[in-house]
Amino acid sequence: MRWLAGLFFLLMTVPLILPNNYYLTVLILCCLHAMNAVGLCLLVGHAGQISLGHAGFHGLGAYASAYLSTTVGLSVGWSMLAAVGLTAVVSALVGLPSLKLKGHYLAMATLGFGIILSILFTETVDITGGPAGFVGIPRLSLFGWELTRDIALYRFVVVILCVMVWLSFNLIHSRLGRALRALHTSEKAAQAMGVDIANHKLFVFVLSAVFSAASGSIYAHYLTFIAPASFGFTFSVELIVMVVLGGMVSIPGAIVGAFFITVLPEFLRAFENVEILLFGLILILSMMFMPDGLAGGWNRLWAWIAARAKGAAHG
Amino acid sequence: MRATRWVGAFVLSLLFAAPALAADAIKIGAVLSVTGPASFLGEPEKNTLLMLQDQLNAKGGINGQQVEVIVYDDESDVNKAVMAARKLLDQDNVSVVIGPSISGNTLAIAKFFAAAEVPLVSCAAAEKIVHPVNPWVFNTPQLDRHAVSRILLDAKAKGYAKLAILTVSDGYGQAGRAVLKELVPAQGFSLVADEVYGPKDTDMTAQLTKIKGAAPDAIICWGTNPGPAVVARNRAQLGLTTPLYMSHGVASNKFIELAGEAAEGLILPAGRLVAVEQLSADHPQKQALEAYVADYAKAFNAPISSFGGYAHDAFKLVIQAIAQGTSAKSADIRDNLEKIAAFPATTGVYTYTPEDHNGLNEEAFIMVTIEKGTWKVTQ
Amino acid sequence: MDPSTLLQYLVTGLTLGSTYGLTALGFTIIFNTTGVINFAQGEFVMLGGMMSVSFMAALGLPEPAAVVLAVIGATLIGALVERLAIRPVRHCPPINLIIITIGVSILIRGLAMLVWGKDTHALEPFSGSAPILVLGAAIMPQTLWVLGVSLVLLSGLKLFFSATIHGKAMLACSYDAKAASLVGIGVPRMVRLSFMISALVGAVGGVLLAPITLTSFDVGVMLGLKGFAACILGGLGNPFGAAAGGIILGVLESLGAGFVSSAYKDALAFVILLVLLFVKPSGLFGRKDFKRV
Repeated sequence: MRWLAGLFFLLMTVPLILPNNYYLTVLILCCLHAMNAVGLCLLVGHAGQISLGHAGFHGLGAYASAYLSTTVGLSVGWSMLAAVGLTAVVSALVGLPSLKLKGHYLAMATLGFGIILSILFTETVDITGGPAGFVGIPRLSLFGWELTRDIALYRFVVVILCVMVWLSFNLIHSRLGRALRALHTSEKAAQAMGVDIANHKLFVFVLSAVFSAASGSIYAHYLTFIAPASFGFTFSVELIVMVVLGGMVSIPGAIVGAFFITVLPEFLRAFENVEILLFGLILILSMMFMPDGLAGGWNRLWAWIAARAKGAAHG
Repeated sequence: MRATRWVGAFVLSLLFAAPALAADAIKIGAVLSVTGPASFLGEPEKNTLLMLQDQLNAKGGINGQQVEVIVYDDESDVNKAVMAARKLLDQDNVSVVIGPSISGNTLAIAKFFAAAEVPLVSCAAAEKIVHPVNPWVFNTPQLDRHAVSRILLDAKAKGYAKLAILTVSDGYGQAGRAVLKELVPAQGFSLVADEVYGPKDTDMTAQLTKIKGAAPDAIICWGTNPGPAVVARNRAQLGLTTPLYMSHGVASNKFIELAGEAAEGLILPAGRLVAVEQLSADHPQKQALEAYVADYAKAFNAPISSFGGYAHDAFKLVIQAIAQGTSAKSADIRDNLEKIAAFPATTGVYTYTPEDHNGLNEEAFIMVTIEKGTWKVTQ
Repeated sequence: MDPSTLLQYLVTGLTLGSTYGLTALGFTIIFNTTGVINFAQGEFVMLGGMMSVSFMAALGLPEPAAVVLAVIGATLIGALVERLAIRPVRHCPPINLIIITIGVSILIRGLAMLVWGKDTHALEPFSGSAPILVLGAAIMPQTLWVLGVSLVLLSGLKLFFSATIHGKAMLACSYDAKAASLVGIGVPRMVRLSFMISALVGAVGGVLLAPITLTSFDVGVMLGLKGFAACILGGLGNPFGAAAGGIILGVLESLGAGFVSSAYKDALAFVILLVLLFVKPSGLFGRKDFKRV
């Protein structure tokens, strides 16, 4: 857990050396994506259940929070809590029948659910503002404590992210975590050992949806504008890619993956038309040469360099 | 600690990624959808801006200063638009920004510009961009309201009473649908069918069959390519003879190419760009239009579209504001934009005031009919 | 309700559905050999259409020649994809393979955008555009082409998988690649063959569909999604299921647009798909899944 303290310290102090707000915007989006990736890492990496619909939960958190705080007139804090609660209920209702499915069928079910949600965001114009977007969402404030400056909001985001990571770590190293690993290896064997499969899977599914919804509602109150295009199939795929790049089971890896995928387009900006091509290429190459993710690739590169250095010393 | 090392490496490399820029040029930022679903807007807009930048600098710039246009692609994505806008404002310190290409992205970033006190001249059309007026935000395209008014005027003249609408479910179609649902009943027509289609749909026969059942006198379709071309083709295939109005979103030769023979007889409001040669020699926009069409054809081996014209006009308006005020400070550009009056450009003749940040009226549209594969001005 | 209107909805659904079904067929072939869903299948469809358009425009070829060339070209690209992107990682877990196919689809789409630009293109219908009227419903000649060729492809595949040694070998690979190689089947060759056949089927689909749906570098995304849905609906691994799943999905959408709401037609189709999955998890025509412990 030492690395978590290190991460917290690093993320908190980085803004001190940032020259301007642009970097803060990038960092906030990175952290928000990392929240999604951490939850999905638990689901995909540890419970072995794929989801191609988490952008939908992210969007549900964002839209519910936006609607409650703007149209209904609830305070932002309560809206966010209610939005996360609503997403928990919805994800439980969806997860209950979906998680009985396996492999590609589960992928289809979650994909289909994500598409249904994104159609709802687009078509219920009176509630969501439709494809043109939801305007005029209030800025994030929590029970009288207003986060008007980006830096305050950033610190809040970092705290929430670190709490999520801490929770996830405890979960992995708990009884439930061991049960999950058993479940990933062999579902039938786990069942035979008396592991309550259905409930464990559902718990992780709901937890990951809650992480996504929390991230979504912060996102809505940070941008103060949301549009359905941000919560579609492409984003679901991007989330999965973040987790896979991070090495599937590694939570620090998922965070690095989220930062990488969020920052990458900023670097590729100069390439414009070639960007999409490079993105595809990076995906393929990283899967080929670092199938266990960026962290694994780094380790192997390190080992290779060390071996070379040793060989050179001997030679 | 491995993860923290990674994060640290990223942040450090971010720090050194800041591009070096020329010091004394006037910096004009642009956030455009050069790729992604709205690239049909962003690509010609980007081409146009870079072309105009070179032209102006070759002539010695403005007030003795060169201009530097910094274009960022938002990939038609809100998050990327936000990051691009922040980068332009915080890091590149631009004096003024042109774009974004689409309404959603404009609405998402508009608040930054009021806070930073930098003017934004959007190339997107939604009414929310300029109503209520945000002192720092302008736009150049004609409003959907103007297009709908022209269509309804034409429908009234032809004696139609029952209208059906078929709109695309994206930002453009939604804005059009809202105005149509307001103005159609208000002008005394009855709205007998209100159908939509998805931006990626490839067959609208079901919607047209349903509309056929409602027996309207005319159909109004609101979308951008390729959807309306499919609608035109499906209409022909179904043997439907009900007159079909299109929106100005398809006013490019690409539409005629895609719809083929099915485009014959369709009526739509369009900017004057589609029919420059049919314009009388003394028309105020003639000169601007002819120059733009000729230059664009010379610079790019690509057909011209009226969307690039939105960026053209935004650029010319900004330069005009700088010329009028002799200063390229953000606040002065904003103030001088509001003083621009009767300024002819490709889309229309602009008159910005503190109450009107769109600057155009119905006159920016002409009604055209597609005849023998080309545009014929009817009004 | 006017019977000709209902008939028109059904015909429309059939046209739409055959586009999904053709894409779904390609999914099935690769799935049957490798157990992997190839998310780049929609891109093969796009390549068929776009290559025909560009061969006609750039080389001035007549349509039939351009179409044949395009299908051959796409088949070769299918082989290339297998060689460059799939074979080096054939021992990876399925999720990595899926990510790779997603990467391939993004890469092909990016290349297509660079080569052909972002414009939409139209291809001329094979037998004119005069609709055939049946009981007041208009049927496009191109729809008949799509349906006819789909049927031919289907029967061809059926014959291939059940009556030829290559087809049986490919099926064997999907059940157990190790066992298949033990009995002397060249598994890598079979995988390459499956990519080529599915690229061919996809490209034929793309060529047939381009006159109806128009084509551009990004048509593959939506077709891929709907094709995948059709596969699942019909039961993975069953070519007839895939084709039938496509038709059902198309008819559902068309009837949904006609009778319920054009705004929610896709949502409606997916709701029905989900309910079906929950009730019968192996799809309409799928065999019950059995898995090793």
